Amino acid sequence: MTRRNIFILSALAIAYALISLWVGQQAYRWMPPQASAESVLVDNLFSFLVTIGTFIFLGITGTLLFSAIFQRAAKYDYSDGPGIEGNITLEVVWTAIPFALVIWIGVYSYQIYDQMGILGPMDHSAHGAMGMAVAEAAPSEATVAEESTPPQIEVRARQWAWEFYYPDQNITSTELHLPVNQRARLLLSSEDVIHGLYVPAFRVKQDVVPGEEIDFEFTPIRKGRYRLRDSQYSGTYFAANQTNVVVESEEAYQDWLAIAAANSPTAAENRAIAEFTQAEQNPISLGWESVKPAPAPVVNYSSSEKDTYE
Amino acid sequence: MSNASLEAAPFASSGQPQPGAPDNWKRFFSFSTDHKVIGIQYITTAFVFFLFGGLLAMVMRGELITPAADLVDRTVYNGLFTMHGTIMLFMWTFPVLNGFANYLVPLQIGARDMAFPRLNAVAFWMVPVFGVILVASFFIPGGPSQSGWWAYPPVSLQNPTGNLINGQSLWLLAVALSGISSILGAVNIVTTIFRMRAPGMGWFRMPAFCWTVLAAQLIQLFGLPALTAGAVMLLCDLSVGTSFFNPDLGGDPILYQHFFWFYSHPAVYVIILPVFGMFSEIFPVYSRKPLFGYKIVAVSSIIITVLSAMVWVHHMFASGTPGWMRMLFMFSTMLISVPTGIKVFAWVATVWGGKIRLSTPMLFALGGLVMFLFSGITGIMLAAVPFDIHVNNTYFVVGHFHYVIYGATVMGVYAAIYHWFPKMTGRMYYEGLGKLHFALTFIGANLNFFPMHPMGLMGMPRRVASYDPEFAFWNVLASLGGFLLGVSTLPFILNILSSWVQGKPAPANPWKAIGLEWLVDSPPPHENFDEIPVVISAPYGYGLDEPLVASPSGELASEHN
Repeated sequence: MTRRNIFILSALAIAYALISLWVGQQAYRWMPPQASAESVLVDNLFSFLVTIGTFIFLGITGTLLFSAIFQRAAKYDYSDGPGIEGNITLEVVWTAIPFALVIWIGVYSYQIYDQMGILGPMDHSAHGAMGMAVAEAAPSEATVAEESTPPQIEVRARQWAWEFYYPDQNITSTELHLPVNQRARLLLSSEDVIHGLYVPAFRVKQDVVPGEEIDFEFTPIRKGRYRLRDSQYSGTYFAANQTNVVVESEEAYQDWLAIAAANSPTAAENRAIAEFTQAEQNPISLGWESVKPAPAPVVNYSSSEKDTYE
Repeated sequence: MSNASLEAAPFASSGQPQPGAPDNWKRFFSFSTDHKVIGIQYITTAFVFFLFGGLLAMVMRGELITPAADLVDRTVYNGLFTMHGTIMLFMWTFPVLNGFANYLVPLQIGARDMAFPRLNAVAFWMVPVFGVILVASFFIPGGPSQSGWWAYPPVSLQNPTGNLINGQSLWLLAVALSGISSILGAVNIVTTIFRMRAPGMGWFRMPAFCWTVLAAQLIQLFGLPALTAGAVMLLCDLSVGTSFFNPDLGGDPILYQHFFWFYSHPAVYVIILPVFGMFSEIFPVYSRKPLFGYKIVAVSSIIITVLSAMVWVHHMFASGTPGWMRMLFMFSTMLISVPTGIKVFAWVATVWGGKIRLSTPMLFALGGLVMFLFSGITGIMLAAVPFDIHVNNTYFVVGHFHYVIYGATVMGVYAAIYHWFPKMTGRMYYEGLGKLHFALTFIGANLNFFPMHPMGLMGMPRRVASYDPEFAFWNVLASLGGFLLGVSTLPFILNILSSWVQGKPAPANPWKAIGLEWLVDSPPPHENFDEIPVVISAPYGYGLDEPLVASPSGELASEHN
């Protein structure tokens, strides 16, 4: 390799690296607002992956484009190019580097997942596990541990509504309210099919499997109103199975709990039921049967989807 | 085989055409056992279903051009995306690639036909049977299956019509039949490659396409039984009330997901491996250079086969899977990028420094490679569990796999159709229409599938008939791209039909390519070779001045250099 080629290659590599770093920084803007501690970790990982991915993409497409533009055969030249069948050094390098790279990405992802600690199926909250372990040794201490953290908010998914149950206050709501900067502890269950709890602004997601109770945790860090969506296809009105998460200050949260507790339970507005009973006619309507939506949840607090979207 | 023996081929002089003879068009509508006829039958049947599946997708894009569910009923939308996915996989990609395997493998390894010609015909004729079952499900009460192509229970067990014959049961029947057909095909192809190679064609003289077909068909053999068993168990749950997967009766719905993905992830490699093979065949021809690192490219296909059996849980990172399982499958999934990377680098090195001719097959192959590269990079991102937790079941995944299935696979198949069209039909296609087709396809595919990535990052779930207005901008772009892809098939159909009827007659080797299939006439005679060739060198001797086969055909091979 001549000195000139080495110079050109290095200059290209530096240019690609700078572009990749810039694109990697842009990646933060492609995501929803960072409303949970987990979202910060996930976005850092995504930015890292975008940086590396951009470098690889530029390197390879750049090379291909150069070939396709400058290494064309002349119109009547049907002769062969150089009969190069391979190069062992090069082949070892392009096996070893990707191998090292994916191990690096894997280890980094592992660390991030560990820090997120969102639990999920068969992983149980330290709170619950500790409570049980202590309970066997000394029952009195177990009750102390129980009191220090509030019990899990029960998330009940069904076709097609979300219902949130706050055991301490004995209230239910179709809107999830959480205090900011506190670990949110959820217990997920489904009454019919598999649903998926997904809050894009939190970057967390977990399928809610019927017949299982799943512990799930994250920490909201930004006050606001965010969308909570069903992420696992759950039948006819799946797309309408959305609600809101409200992250608020501790005082506002306590106020909300008090207001909700004062309300008597009423049937919440429900999009699936409204559409099912209306049977509104679309241009292409074939009358295929749908599973009948479950009755609207009877809750202490509900908000209208009309205020939000659509 | 020499030129002289070709001219003396008996079919032209004989008054009665042989059943498999290239001048007898009726053979395409018969129970022919000629692998070339069956190959073309597979390809054309699959293409008809491709158009149908594409039409379903265009109706979906029509619904999604506005946020509200205002074009079709929600049940209809759910039926559309279920059948779009099912038809595109089981009726288009698998059959079209089986068609190429059928057509090319015996020619490339120097065999007169497949090992089991009648079994081959049976496997093909099952395709229209289950295709008709799938299409018929649109016309029964309650419509087709609406549980997505995964058919996850309990949604797939709900059966709102209450009928025994319903969309879901027909769907399961079709999938089980498709599984049987594919297993028959796989047994045949694997046996053919193992037992029927021409003298001198050792493993490392076999074209890369045959390696990838072998790797893909081995996956069918170990993977399909799991899917077929899962489909039969689900059918029992649905129809006769067993409780394998029904949580109300103590069944485990997550178990189904393991059965399903144990096959359906490797199935992606069944699809993409032969396309890798097509790339490996096409780049050397239009760059006039040997396939770079042929041996390691060939072996990497088999490594992918082995790894593909150990990655299925990456579809279930947000499902009922514990943390340790997510971490384990994250690493195994990432490893599969190593043999895949080897192939990508090898193609780039093949093209580099060549004498490149940007004819239609090369354009499609290059476009397909770039789109595959993009999908590979998003694939690594998806393997990283924390990121996947965010985008799992969103449009990011839909964008990713459409870059694989459309960007790489459909583009690769188009490249292969143009490349081998003169061989299959004996006619040249029109280059101008081919280039127009490429431009429309490449722009349409990127316009359709790129916007799905930002949608997914913003949090739009897949399979929704309605969505929040924040996603509207990207959805409008995607819909326009979808309609453009529909338009892009028109110049292709025009090109293929008109050139098949009245195109310029094709010589035996219009591209000056090296390979046994290019040593016989276009189209090849019945039973391919009068005299089985003796292979004496590796398959990509561009610029090396070594003949592919022993004389008397030796002088033929040297002409191509």
